[in-house]
Amino acid sequence: MLNRQGRPSSAGEAGTNEHPTFTGNKALAQIEPLIFEIGRADTTGVDLDEPEAFTPRLGGLERKDAIGLPGLSEPETMRHYVRLSQMNYGIDTGLFPLGSCTMKHNPRLNERMARLPGFADVHPLQPVSTVKGALELMNELARYLVTLTNMTTVALSPKAGAHGELCGMMAIKAAIEARGEGKTRNVVLVPDSAHGTNPATAALIGFVVKPVPARDDGWVHVEDVKKLLGPDVAAIMLTNPNTCGLFENQVAEIAKAIHDAGAYFYCDGANFNAIVGKARPGDLGVDAMHINLHKTFSTPHGGGGPGSGPVVLSARLAPYAPVPFVTLKDGELTLVEHEADAAEKPFGRMTAFHGQMGMYVRALSYMLSHGADGMRQASEDAVLNANYVRASLSDLFSQPFGDKPCMHEVLFDDTWLKDTGVTTLDFAKAMIDEGYHPMTMYFPLVVHGAMLIEPTESESKASLDLFIATLRDLAMAAKTGNDKARFTGAPFHAPRRRLDETRAARNPVLKWTPPAPVAEAAE
Amino acid sequence: MRYLPLSDADRREMLARIGVQSIDDLFADIPKDKLLKDLVDLPRRKGELEVERILSRMASRNVPASSVPFFVGAGAYKHHVPATVDHLIQRSEFLTSYTPYQPEIAQGTLQYLFEFQTQVAALTGMEVANASMYDGSTGTGEAVLMAHRVTKRRKAVLSGGLHPHYADVVKTLSHMASDEVVALAPDVSGTEDILSRIDDSVSCVVVQSPDVFGNLRDLKPIAEKARRHGALLIAVFTEAVSLGLLESPGSQGADIVVGEGQSIGNALNFGGPYVGLFAAKSKYIRQMPGRLCGETVDADGKRGFVLTLSTREQHIRRDKATSNICTNSGLCTLAFTIHMTLLGEAGLTRLARINHANAVKLADMLAGVKGVEVLNRTFFNEFTVRLSKPAAEVVERLAEKGVLGGVPVSRLMPGAGLDDLLLVASTEVNTDDDRAALAAALKEVL
Repeated sequence: MLNRQGRPSSAGEAGTNEHPTFTGNKALAQIEPLIFEIGRADTTGVDLDEPEAFTPRLGGLERKDAIGLPGLSEPETMRHYVRLSQMNYGIDTGLFPLGSCTMKHNPRLNERMARLPGFADVHPLQPVSTVKGALELMNELARYLVTLTNMTTVALSPKAGAHGELCGMMAIKAAIEARGEGKTRNVVLVPDSAHGTNPATAALIGFVVKPVPARDDGWVHVEDVKKLLGPDVAAIMLTNPNTCGLFENQVAEIAKAIHDAGAYFYCDGANFNAIVGKARPGDLGVDAMHINLHKTFSTPHGGGGPGSGPVVLSARLAPYAPVPFVTLKDGELTLVEHEADAAEKPFGRMTAFHGQMGMYVRALSYMLSHGADGMRQASEDAVLNANYVRASLSDLFSQPFGDKPCMHEVLFDDTWLKDTGVTTLDFAKAMIDEGYHPMTMYFPLVVHGAMLIEPTESESKASLDLFIATLRDLAMAAKTGNDKARFTGAPFHAPRRRLDETRAARNPVLKWTPPAPVAEAAE
Repeated sequence: MRYLPLSDADRREMLARIGVQSIDDLFADIPKDKLLKDLVDLPRRKGELEVERILSRMASRNVPASSVPFFVGAGAYKHHVPATVDHLIQRSEFLTSYTPYQPEIAQGTLQYLFEFQTQVAALTGMEVANASMYDGSTGTGEAVLMAHRVTKRRKAVLSGGLHPHYADVVKTLSHMASDEVVALAPDVSGTEDILSRIDDSVSCVVVQSPDVFGNLRDLKPIAEKARRHGALLIAVFTEAVSLGLLESPGSQGADIVVGEGQSIGNALNFGGPYVGLFAAKSKYIRQMPGRLCGETVDADGKRGFVLTLSTREQHIRRDKATSNICTNSGLCTLAFTIHMTLLGEAGLTRLARINHANAVKLADMLAGVKGVEVLNRTFFNEFTVRLSKPAAEVVERLAEKGVLGGVPVSRLMPGAGLDDLLLVASTEVNTDDDRAALAAALKEVL
């Protein structure tokens, strides 16, 4: 058994005997029913006094039937959700190498700052004179984002990365409409290797999506783009660094070709964390790029959000940023909330209020902590860590585009698993038993059996060494074929064994329903 | 740098293993003239203490809702959130986990999503709910797109009682997608003739209740007419607590219900992050946007949960997907579901009664102030008053006196000629002293 330094541990081997228990629980691993199975409609975990007698003004629309919501007391609630939490893997649990998802350390200082009453307990529509600090924070965040990207302006309001894509593409559409080409420029080029959100976003607002074919070196080639360019092309949506873990080495030429054709360059900024402080999208010819604050600037992913997707815009698109936004007027920061109040040409509103303030605070807290020097160092370390994993596994794992330096994530494929009887999925599930969250699998789609590993900058060398040693051990086991059950039966040690996803999709059960009474069920 | 564990010695050793001389050899694909030689023009790193000082100073320039008598609503509401909620959502295994793509080690997230879906379906009176949207406004935009898919029509009718920000989100999306929107004029009294706008060309009619002016709307006749014409009724709410006291939209015949869940478990956060609730009739599940969590079994036959029906989603269907959404508001969803579990049916209905009782008390008190006229016949915890002076001006004067007295309608609908109207919200946090302070301040200002 290896310890966290990758050295043999002096502790004894854990026993593997199965000892059944009366409850089905196993010490700290406890089975937790649904709240609907343990709660009661008349139980509540809050103390609220009944209001004094009053005459309702509900116009006869008050609820007559029961809702069907169970309640738990405060101690029961605490125990229920603590037990649920213990069935989850998080970045604080261990290495989370999900490529393109960027699971890095989430500093708790950010959480503390976001909970300051001056940020968490202010209303989006209270008088502007009472939220000067909030506007200052948004303005400061905007300054950081604009400086890091060398762009002209930033639209803060998008609520997540994909919402940011929508914002960027809407700004492009608005600019094209303003040029009088709304009817004729309706094609968006999207490389095969792009995130699925890119074609979905373009299609959502009426663009025709044309794929840019994948080449076997993993890069988008300017010749392939040029072949597709014409007066009907509105934009290209290019991810850079791309989802194959590579920096698009012809990005400047591609940008020029796009601009020469009268189109715009949308950059999917999901992987911006690889180049912060090293290169600026504005210098590369980008017109619009969303920034996943949660990825690059470490706001926690929280089991699937909330995210935040500010969009930086070039001078050509700056007039089309959506409302609301913060602006300087007579030496004071103020909010522009309506299109009619804007000097420029906003394309409208994307969300009810000003965006993800809670995420802005976390991101700025991270930026201030790192500073310009720390952010640059973070990018370098992220790239160094990914290449260290690559170099340490390249003799065993196959790389679809050859053994060459990667950015912050390294892409392997399943060629090396051929004839072992072990699939990419099996391999991933075996990683779970070793205490790791699996890497990103089957993405990008252009690579068969893709395995995309992003260790991030927050992993130590010792942590990477143990991870590498574990993957090597698994790889050797897969190749020798001596212990196939280690893969096909995995995971053995997770809270659940492999789950039947086909059954879930074929017969969707999307909510709890009370079981039939015993007598009825017996019939 | 305290967040970066590598030492310089580590870095040298790792570069040697990789077989390169310097870190920039790994950035060789960036064109030489685009690689930054120097740091960008931003400050250097700061210690924890200094960051706390900087951000605390900014925070101190804002007036928190809890520090003053507070009556601001219009789509976001100040409620009390039990301490347990914030403690639990900060548990590492919830806070630092990702979208549950590996269900075997994400059962915690998946089980609470399943519980959330069940709670939302019950609350809205609908058959199915998804695992949340970004917020109520973007959820409304998605609901309109969904109605287009279901009905194969592309014309939405928006009630004049729909929150104007929500209407704006729908208009922006629809304009971009070349769809048609008919938006009715602001309807202060809740008596607009929306029925006459429903015909065979309409995909959906979007009605909010309580509406933005606070009026409760009877959805049943609208649902009935929409059904006869093959259109869908999208019922919207911005105050989830109201559903504890009011007839559910589902029982009134809504086809899609969408709303803001911020009120339960989530802080005001200056407008975000919030959490969108989205529910529908089960025959529409394959047209629904967003994540769905479903029950299944594992290889040992144990009950477990997985994300399901992902063939609707962007990562598989790409440009044919029901939506481009790739995340939900997982942690806000968790806060909602924990708070709802603490409340239970008994607590939620009591909380809703307290909200309504406080609002009734406030309306009666304000009706006695000279220069104030209460316009609503029905309301839940928010209503509209007509003032004898422009509301924006009054609100500023109230703020100077340390009372945040509501939202001027002109801030939401400039140019609508409603400058003398003020939206006043009251929840369980308001005390007799708060109400007296607002009434007294209004007397002075008007």
